[in-house]
Amino acid sequence: MIGTFLNPSTLLLGSEFAEEATNASNFPMIPALIITPLIGAAIIALIPRSRADLYKQIAVITSVITGAFSIAMLVAFQKGDSGYQFVIDQPWISGLGISLHFGVDGISLFLMVLTGVIFPIALLGAKVDHDPKPYYGWLMVLMAASMGVFSSLDLVLFFAFFELVLVPMYFLIGLWGHSNRVYAATKFFLYTMLGSAFMLVGLVSLAVLNARAMGGPITFDLVEIAKNQAISVTAGRWIFCAFAVAFAVKVPLFPLHTWLPDAHTEAPTAGSVILAAVMLKLGTYGFIRFGLDLFPEASHWAAPVMMTLGVIGIIYGAICATMQKDLKRLVAYSSIAHLGFIVLGVFAFSVQGLEGSILIMVNHGISTGALFLLVGWIYERRHTRKIAELSGLQKVAPIFAGVFTLVMLSSIGVPGLNGFPGEFLVLLGSFASARWWGVVAVSGVILAALYLLWAYQRVFHGPVTEPNKGFRDLRLTEGLVIAPLLVLIVFLGLYPKPMLDRIEPSVERLLAHVDLEVDGFELQEVKFVAPAPGEVEDKASHSEAGHTEAGQTEGKP
Amino acid sequence: MIALIVQDAPIETLVAEASTGTPEIIFSAIAPNLILMLGGVLLLTVVSLMRGKSPSWFPAVWTVVTATLAIVALFPLWARVQDEGAQTVMAGAVGLDGFSLFVTGIICLSVIMGALLLEGYVRREGIEGAEWYVLLLLSASGGVTMASANDLIVMFIGLEILSVAAYVLTAMHSKRISSQEAGLKYFVLGAFSSAFLLYGIALTYGATGSTNLVQIQRFLSDTVLTQNGLLLAGFAFMLIGFGFKVGAAPFHTWAPDVYQGAPSPVTAYMASGIKAAGFAGLLRVFVVTFGPTYGPDWRPMVYALAVLSLLVGSFMAIVQTNVKRMLAYSSISHAGFILVAVEASSTQGTSAALFYLLAYTFMVTGSFAIVTIMGRTGDGTHALDDYRGLGRARPGLALIFTVFLLAQAGVPFTAGFLSKFYVINSVVAEGQYALAVIAMVSAVVAAFLYLRVVVAMYFSEDAAAEMMESRIKIPAGASIALVIAVIGTLWLGIVPGAITDVANDAVAQLVAFRS
Repeated sequence: MIGTFLNPSTLLLGSEFAEEATNASNFPMIPALIITPLIGAAIIALIPRSRADLYKQIAVITSVITGAFSIAMLVAFQKGDSGYQFVIDQPWISGLGISLHFGVDGISLFLMVLTGVIFPIALLGAKVDHDPKPYYGWLMVLMAASMGVFSSLDLVLFFAFFELVLVPMYFLIGLWGHSNRVYAATKFFLYTMLGSAFMLVGLVSLAVLNARAMGGPITFDLVEIAKNQAISVTAGRWIFCAFAVAFAVKVPLFPLHTWLPDAHTEAPTAGSVILAAVMLKLGTYGFIRFGLDLFPEASHWAAPVMMTLGVIGIIYGAICATMQKDLKRLVAYSSIAHLGFIVLGVFAFSVQGLEGSILIMVNHGISTGALFLLVGWIYERRHTRKIAELSGLQKVAPIFAGVFTLVMLSSIGVPGLNGFPGEFLVLLGSFASARWWGVVAVSGVILAALYLLWAYQRVFHGPVTEPNKGFRDLRLTEGLVIAPLLVLIVFLGLYPKPMLDRIEPSVERLLAHVDLEVDGFELQEVKFVAPAPGEVEDKASHSEAGHTEAGQTEGKP
Repeated sequence: MIALIVQDAPIETLVAEASTGTPEIIFSAIAPNLILMLGGVLLLTVVSLMRGKSPSWFPAVWTVVTATLAIVALFPLWARVQDEGAQTVMAGAVGLDGFSLFVTGIICLSVIMGALLLEGYVRREGIEGAEWYVLLLLSASGGVTMASANDLIVMFIGLEILSVAAYVLTAMHSKRISSQEAGLKYFVLGAFSSAFLLYGIALTYGATGSTNLVQIQRFLSDTVLTQNGLLLAGFAFMLIGFGFKVGAAPFHTWAPDVYQGAPSPVTAYMASGIKAAGFAGLLRVFVVTFGPTYGPDWRPMVYALAVLSLLVGSFMAIVQTNVKRMLAYSSISHAGFILVAVEASSTQGTSAALFYLLAYTFMVTGSFAIVTIMGRTGDGTHALDDYRGLGRARPGLALIFTVFLLAQAGVPFTAGFLSKFYVINSVVAEGQYALAVIAMVSAVVAAFLYLRVVVAMYFSEDAAAEMMESRIKIPAGASIALVIAVIGTLWLGIVPGAITDVANDAVAQLVAFRS
């Protein structure tokens, strides 16, 4: 099965031949993405402790196979299609209308590919000092649950995966984390579970009210409920709030964010990488898929509040990051700022804003994942993350410093690297529909430069203090592990068009749905984006824009 | 017992039967109950005749086989109920419907688990004897009587058979003073609550003129009571009686002490079998009999009980330092969750409660299986500190306990998640959003309790060495019980379709008796 799938002709030519692509969509791609890591976890569980050397190998092999599946899915993805692809729809609990309904569209595609890519890197990049068996086992369970959560199209199924990711993460933080790990793990678990408690009541209410309004049997199918839009405005707003609490904790949005610095800082390196790259996207993904799509009216109603919280997150995260003495905590707070951008873009209700948000989701995963990996390597070498204890590393480890610079610049959002297109599009989109929020958010870009450059200056420049003299430069293996992320940082910064081409149809479909359902809502940026004369199709003009923007930035760095 | 039922049959029926003599007894309809009862009595006889020459495993195996046979006997009855509809037999005293059969199944399951745990336990503690198993079977027979009673007097008799055996079981560990203390406490408070129930039955009889549930239901729907104070007082007293049996706050105060003091396998049975029987009585009397007419009167009472149990159970649990007490408080909060489903007072709520009871049986008997093993000789090491380092010393045991704890916390793909989901579903369908939110938030508070145990097991590496030295033995019976519980917990969480359908088909119905 795996053999045929990894056949190079399928991989390379799949997108060019429609037949190949249909063959691919007959293959149960999404179940394969979920089950492969679970098989890995089962094998790890069965191997006796005497063969401890095998755990890592099996984890790496299964995660690489899963990653290959996700890339194969990317290749076989039909780019013009705005609907769900690779759809699987099987009854699960038929009496209650709960089904195993999976599918991928432009919004979830890259998050799944990111999951597939980042796990092998996190596995290879981080060492584990004790209990390798449960460590790799839980990581594999986490990978399966992450894949499940991004591809579920049934409310209960989504909720189940959304909650399930907590368990492996809880153990990863609690067992392999740093000094304050138990506190951080428990806080993480309870915080998220509290949010989910409201969501569960909300989703059941939604299904019950939907069934009552439609007069049919109860269903938890996302696609159907989103299409029906049968519940009343008031009920929709209440239920949206219930969902919003769960997602706001997960994002995290400003007043509910306090678990994040603890969890990210205390987690082991692989845990931090995955938390930043994958877990944090669950909330914003939820806002798009289960906020905008299910409750267009309520989302639009709540947009000013959400955007305000997003902007507060941008500024607050940046200010807190500036103040941090711990490098890892600094990166954690920078995530709050980036996630603020995503929320702003989602609730700006414009094609650019939403596309930009999805771009940031993926690119933040790549850059911050890489940053956590580098910080983890610094910790491995020096056993400290205190900025004050590190100094002058550039002189003893020039390659390390170079890699760090590139990743840091991408996190700042320097044009030409992957952080830029997303932030640019979000600001563009929010300028069109919510100008003042956009104006304030711009300052976040400057603050990002401030805290990261200042941290870089303190850590890598300055005199080489005694304990830092023996700091080893980047090993070849480490370089190879981080290389894919560096390639992506540069490639997606220069040429985001392939991503945008696949994201855009789904985003447009979603906004058309919002447009249809919300009275008095008007997509504003259509006018804004089309300075190109005449009959140029909207989509084409937009990809042009993405292209030229990338083109312009090409020369800059 | 059969004779008693006949005597207590309503007067009209007796008059109707007078011409033909004694009412017809359809033995096949009460086969599961008969198997449990005869199994218990025969076990006592056989062991007495063998004069101590029977091998020590014999009573346990006998009990497991008996309970399994009772479960097997449920299948033809289930088919009969599904084909022909619910029936009433034995002069209107016993109802045969999907509901009673489902609860019978749960009680038999909890007997099997209890017997499997007892086997190693009594040997370890040096208190072997067939009496444990005889009492277990008789108690279960009382529970089954209660679940299938169509008459308040029969229900009371069932409750007493169930309880008296349980009082004795609680106090049976002759070497532990706390066991006897718990037994006494359970007996005094239990007798007190039985009196309340009986008083409630009397008041209801005074208000409606009958103890037969069918006739009460008919009377209440035909007649508008100008003064219903008597009936409402009857509701209140009966709720106290049932509330005590299921361990609902504020009638829960016995539970932590008794759970802690009772022999661990008995606690497992108490938390699963007795709770199921109590809820069966509660559902049949309140939801089925009083629900259609007097729902608005008793539902607020159950609402209050549910909220109190959820809050008391989850908040009190997190300050405990003894694992058995923690599980006792957690069982109060689970009772609160099931009461939420009772409050819905709908067929959907009844199915949700049934699913919850079955799921909880797997989770809680599994948890107490671990507690039984961890209690070690003397059944005394139940402090949270005694679990420190288990994750390192016995990873398999710790992982299984983690599964049960996370399932009780409601983590998806375990039985605990779907049972909570069904309850929320049923109560939201009745428009009780606030109750649903309270239930879910208190579940989060309760999750902290389960995490505390997980933290103790996994995140205190310093204690691992000490734990390695203390040899923990897992007897054969307990390991079978653990396997059953793990499979059940995961099975109900991953492929719940079949059991969900069965729980939905297990409708509680009251059918008038036709001779």
